[in-house]
Amino acid sequence: MNVELIFKIAGVGILVSVLYTVLKQAGKEEQGQLVALAGVVIVLMMVIQLVVRLFETVRTMFRL
Amino acid sequence: MEVLQVVGFALVVTVILVVLRHQRPDMAVMLSLAAAAVILFFLVERIWQAIDLLQDLASRAGVRDSYVQILLRVMAIAYLAELGSQVCRDAGEGAMATKVEMAGKLLILILAIPIVRALADAILAAIPLATR
Repeated sequence: MNVELIFKIAGVGILVSVLYTVLKQAGKEEQGQLVALAGVVIVLMMVIQLVVRLFETVRTMFRL
Repeated sequence: MEVLQVVGFALVVTVILVVLRHQRPDMAVMLSLAAAAVILFFLVERIWQAIDLLQDLASRAGVRDSYVQILLRVMAIAYLAELGSQVCRDAGEGAMATKVEMAGKLLILILAIPIVRALADAILAAIPLATR
């Protein structure tokens, strides 16, 4: 069971939210938005690879 | 005990999700999708065993192999549509979820056409009065 990936996604999420809060407090809201966007893209890359593997698994399993 | 692993994993993911959803709902959606994929990968071998059992029973009962294939495809479509609609609904997009479900139901109905035809043929053959 691949728990590291879950923790990786959660870590990126928490880091991004902390960075966003810090940048917002520092008055740099635009950079905060960019950081949030970058975090979403990074996590989306990981999740898309996982979803592709999921689809391949289902396809081979049910002989689609 | 594999169920302990799955339940423990799900509980950990749930706690992380509750923490994360307040701060970043977008990350929470992707995390729940990843968790669904991980749990499926964990269960792959067991699903293979279940499918083997199904095919064994079907071949012993003399069910045609094409029907078993259709059944497996229906199961795959049902699983994927359910997964997709749950992720959409989790993200608060109920309309998208409903559309995914509708597509899944329609595709299952289309897949079942040969079986429905065979059933109709069998019924018509069993009723001598039916007009051909």
